Amino acid sequence: MRRVAKPTIAARSAALWSATWPHLVLGVASAAVLYPLLWILKMALSPSQAFDPTPNPIPTAFTLDNFATVIGTDAPGGGWLFGRQLANSLIVSGATACIGLALATTAAYAFSRFRFPGRQSALTAFMVTQIFPGVVMTIPLYILLDAIGLLDSLAGLVLVYSTTSIPFATWMLKGYFDTIPKELEEAALMDGASRFGLFWRVVLPLSRPALAVTGLFSFMTAWNEFILAATFLGHPRSYTLPVVLQRYVGEYGTDWGYFAAGAILTSSVVMALFFVLQKHLVGGLTAGGVKG
Amino acid sequence: MASGRTRAARLALCGSLLLLGALQVAHGEDRARPLVLWHSYRGAEEAALLQTLATLAAREPSLTVEVIAVPNEALASKLTTAIPRGHGPDLFLFAHERIGGWARAGLLASLDAQVDAAALADYLPETIPPLRFEGRLYGLPLAVKSAALFYNRALVPTPPATTDELFALVAPLRARGVVPLVYESANFYFHAAWHLGFGAELLAPDGSFHFESPASVAALGFVADLQARGVVPEEVSGALVASLFNDGKAALAISGPWFTGELARGLDFGVAPLPLVSATGRAASPLLTDEAVLIPGTVRDLAAAVRVARWLTGPEAAITRAVVGRQVVAARAAWDDPRVAGDPVLAGFRAQLATATPMDNRPEMRTVWEPAQLALKKVLRGAASPAEGARAGARRHASIVRPDPPPVSPTLYIAALAVALLAGAGFVAWRVVAALRERGAWREARRGWGWIGPAMAATAILILFPFVVGLTLAFFSHREGNWSFVGLGNFADILSARGYGLLEPLSFYYALLVTLLWTVLNLALHVGIGLALALLLARPVLALRPVYRVLLVIPWAVPNYITALLWKTMFHKQQGAINGLLGALGFGEVGWFSSFPAAFFANLCTNAWLGFPFMMVVALGALQSIPKDLYEAADVDGATAWAKFRHITLPLLRPAMIPAVLLGLVWTFNQFNVVYLVSGGEPDNGTDILISEAYRWAFARQEQYGYAAAYAALIFVLLLGWSIFSARLARRVEEAS
Repeated sequence: MRRVAKPTIAARSAALWSATWPHLVLGVASAAVLYPLLWILKMALSPSQAFDPTPNPIPTAFTLDNFATVIGTDAPGGGWLFGRQLANSLIVSGATACIGLALATTAAYAFSRFRFPGRQSALTAFMVTQIFPGVVMTIPLYILLDAIGLLDSLAGLVLVYSTTSIPFATWMLKGYFDTIPKELEEAALMDGASRFGLFWRVVLPLSRPALAVTGLFSFMTAWNEFILAATFLGHPRSYTLPVVLQRYVGEYGTDWGYFAAGAILTSSVVMALFFVLQKHLVGGLTAGGVKG
Repeated sequence: MASGRTRAARLALCGSLLLLGALQVAHGEDRARPLVLWHSYRGAEEAALLQTLATLAAREPSLTVEVIAVPNEALASKLTTAIPRGHGPDLFLFAHERIGGWARAGLLASLDAQVDAAALADYLPETIPPLRFEGRLYGLPLAVKSAALFYNRALVPTPPATTDELFALVAPLRARGVVPLVYESANFYFHAAWHLGFGAELLAPDGSFHFESPASVAALGFVADLQARGVVPEEVSGALVASLFNDGKAALAISGPWFTGELARGLDFGVAPLPLVSATGRAASPLLTDEAVLIPGTVRDLAAAVRVARWLTGPEAAITRAVVGRQVVAARAAWDDPRVAGDPVLAGFRAQLATATPMDNRPEMRTVWEPAQLALKKVLRGAASPAEGARAGARRHASIVRPDPPPVSPTLYIAALAVALLAGAGFVAWRVVAALRERGAWREARRGWGWIGPAMAATAILILFPFVVGLTLAFFSHREGNWSFVGLGNFADILSARGYGLLEPLSFYYALLVTLLWTVLNLALHVGIGLALALLLARPVLALRPVYRVLLVIPWAVPNYITALLWKTMFHKQQGAINGLLGALGFGEVGWFSSFPAAFFANLCTNAWLGFPFMMVVALGALQSIPKDLYEAADVDGATAWAKFRHITLPLLRPAMIPAVLLGLVWTFNQFNVVYLVSGGEPDNGTDILISEAYRWAFARQEQYGYAAAYAALIFVLLLGWSIFSARLARRVEEAS
């Protein structure tokens, strides 16, 4: 009893150390992450369009002009162009994430739970699609979209993005489904539940973290892609935000102020999304249900 | 060309297109459609362009023009993709240097029948020849861009007229702590001025480039001297030019008209022609770019397009473009306007026009850049004497323009393909039948495929098709719009490392080794850092957890284009933050991009920074599914933290981490952005990985798509082998659990 009431100095400093060292590590990591990012902020807040090559990342000037210019761009024919482009990006990325997830979850579940002829080949085939370098894909995709009349349309872009995200999403989700103990479902099946009902009511709710990670990833792939978007989309009204950002990069120089402001605006949407999804990321599996 | 490319593509696509033809939506022809113009101007130049077109629309309503702004980086590839398929614009604005290649590929309309000699007399005479290729005229000139000498009047009241005067400035300026001259000395665009000033040719009449000519070597020696004698600093980037000149830390700068937009307000500067090269008595001659209105060969109403082009290049529009857009306009009459003639900056560039040399518009010019730059950089970083640098450049050039593999007859290949398809179909059928013969297999297969069917179908159409086309291209050779069937020729060239040593940059085997090293080290860092941080974040009691969690994923959320460039800046030799930090710790300056280990390390740091959040998030998600009572039970048994990690966390994390690692491996293997933007392959393409090599073959180096496609196919085969192996691995884990 005495020992508990009066811990030795060594024990106390050990407790203190174990409470602080994670913060030391996380603090250093956060600083390493933030250092280059502060620079983006500095350039976005700077009145000049020059790239800032100095090692000091602390903003030395403060103006919101760059943000105002990037946001306030109007279409030549009237209308709020940036708003429209933001909406385009949200629609394309949101639809990509939804369609990709919808098709991938069922496939991933089957890969995780069923053993059927052709399973291994199909799984390998999905991985194979991630392998072929995109360098030579642009022209064939252009021809394909042109043939089905979806060139220069957001639907065409969604089609391309979601099909490229399905294999990735399937593999990721399959991995997560594998971590959910099967015994739970087997018990329910004995009780006469249907496979799909089980999948829908038991497995999906349990895999919220996985769905959140995978959905976020599909969303971000679409959100940041610009090579295909710039090639397929034919009008500033239909541009997505990465194409808009790319417009600030010129042949002889880049408007770094606008580019940085645009990059901050673009990534803030992803940050907000991540913030919202956080609780799903960590709160998916709690007590009870999954204990093996 | 209507061309080789479409024909080859058709050859490959015929079957699939027939299937898709049913879905085809006819594009209605709208006669009242306005003319469409594509450009990549920004800022003041764009404003001036829109203003002139608005004036035109008000005056001639029949000539309304719809203006489409395209990102500069996408414009060329968009044009070459869209024009042959009938989706090109009616006019577009582009620099003249691509005219040769595009005219040869049939992308451009010749304007000889539309524009007569009298009309051409409206333009400054220097601006017309660059727009001709093989005797025909392909555009009308808007404005010229060339480098010239900017001087800070407070530091140098009169600009040096000769290079001897330039050297004479060094001692007095250096005594005041001022750098005499800044310009991007490692960029051949700027170096060309000295190259020509020493009397070397840009491109010989037969299209060859004489790297090792005495004049060319002398020019390399001259810039090495500029650096050695302290006239110019080392590793000068465009950003550094602006920052040093703006802060009054550099007296002179060599740059183009766009530089005025980057200069600080209130800076008292002048623009003058580049000095005479004292050694030869010739003027240093910067490259001249002629920005022109070009018209695609597929234009529907050539006469209307030409009228718009004439208006845009005409005196009235030119005055607007000069006054608003600060362009050095090509319309002769515009220079009679006092606002144009009286502008000291415009006048400075106009004076430079007399001694500038137009960029050669022949396609051969595009093969010169990479080797010329290679020679220049080798010399500037002290890795080679001027003569050795020139020899290395010549050697690189020879490997780029090496002859195509001989064309072969496709008959044998088609027969082989047919046999392979039949055999493949037979094998699949046999496997399917064999698999379904087992009891209950049919029912299982139907259920399994029912679940994966939709995902499979969607993927198959949109990925399989481009994939097959890409694979097909690998059997063709492509240079400037001409395709020929070479069978396995590209593969033979790549695998025999034709044109370079087996283990030097550009060889497939060298790039493969770099890629493997790159992939393994990156994955280790991503998984290591990601997992460690996830474990810390998953600790039961942790203050500030949400803050850390959001902060640590930011690298993933910010477009990597911008962060990669930031990292490159941080590794700058004199101005970078990394060397600043090392200096504070007492270490010397490191030239991050002048040796392989350092450049590779810079790439690695950047990619580790970009890639760990993904692994962290995946691990964080998977950690949640580990039941807490397992740890409680372990605690009761008195297990150490390491034992708990080793026997509970790791095994239960593995099913979720394995797919992430496999995918991460494929992505890292093909991670192009970081290598391309941070080291850019420096030194001498030593840090290029397979995919960045493929990219260079496809988009620089004469656009050898076929060769690039063969690279892509080899990458594919490598990764396919790996993924079959890893699928086995994954299955073992699956069976073990």
